Amino acid sequence: MSKLQSIVKVGIADVKTVKAPDKIRTSGLGSCVGVILYDLDKQVAGLAHIMLPNSRLAKQANKNVYKYADTAIDILIEMLHSVGARKYALKAKLAGGAQMFEFESAHDLIRIGPKNVQAVREKLHDYHITPEAMDVGGNCGRTIEFDPAAGTLKVRTIHKGESII
Amino acid sequence: MIEPNRLSDIQLDVLREAGNIGAGNAATSMSKLMDHKVDMQVPSVHIVPFDEVLEWIGGPDVPVASIMIHIFGDAPGNVYFFLKVNEAESLAKSVTKQPHVQLDNRGTDHFAASAIKETGNILTSSYLSALSDFTGLHMQPSVPAMHIDMAGAILSHALIEVSQMTDYVLIIDTEISYSGFDQRIQGNFLFLPDPKSFSELFKSLGIEENE
Repeated sequence: MSKLQSIVKVGIADVKTVKAPDKIRTSGLGSCVGVILYDLDKQVAGLAHIMLPNSRLAKQANKNVYKYADTAIDILIEMLHSVGARKYALKAKLAGGAQMFEFESAHDLIRIGPKNVQAVREKLHDYHITPEAMDVGGNCGRTIEFDPAAGTLKVRTIHKGESII
Repeated sequence: MIEPNRLSDIQLDVLREAGNIGAGNAATSMSKLMDHKVDMQVPSVHIVPFDEVLEWIGGPDVPVASIMIHIFGDAPGNVYFFLKVNEAESLAKSVTKQPHVQLDNRGTDHFAASAIKETGNILTSSYLSALSDFTGLHMQPSVPAMHIDMAGAILSHALIEVSQMTDYVLIIDTEISYSGFDQRIQGNFLFLPDPKSFSELFKSLGIEENE
């Protein structure tokens, strides 16, 4: 137990994995969704910070596959598999998907937060995964930190403090 | 559409000048409102990957007070006015002439929150109206939205809008400051034009798209 515990930081439109005793964190989730997938027995977990629901929305020549729910979750699952997680044992926790601005309904990106949450759940459903816990929606930013040893997700907001799901 | 990371020096200079005109007008409005001298820095233009945007504003989960307007019309985009929470409180004290103001919890102080929102409204609107006059483009503001929340959560709203097209964002940043009620207040205007607005902005200012 000489190893120092460190925290893996995941940026916006980014995917990373972690092994216990380290933890994994992403900060300032607004309408983006943080998806945690983990294999508790193997003590490994991965986090994807997703911005948009569907890569078919991309208007880019070289689309960034880490940005979209439908492509990032595939990558996350492959990355977890390669570090020793068993696909059939994967469990999920989600946070984010807030609606930060009231006037969002005037845009073509209507209610992007709830759409992101829905897209993530549908994609997970394809892998037969139902989220164990979620802290989604509302109108506040979240910072989340997952502990792969305990399987717990700490959610921090500025206005409501900390909770563990 | 022009990728933000492919813009030429002349094009960046033109965008910097647009920021200068907008923030200059906003600083004048603020000075009139406060009846006090307001200093303004020369605007800087940043072209950064999404991830670095959030780092560069002080970290994605730093609490900030922000007033944001969305621009509708010929050149869509977003204009933000960012303040640190304690500086927003100090600004509210100056505007309301109240010695005690608390903004760190939503709804604790409606009067102060309303004062900040109205101040931000005046500042972002004068930014936009100068920009619109300067370019001759039709630019219409949305209702301003005020937030006290994590910088990342607020700014990612604008990133999501452009993220379908690019992984880079162009930010025209202008800092204004003045000596407030009990401390120096420093605010930042961030103008984030949508990448699809670049050619409209350049055309209106007499610059070729591939100059």
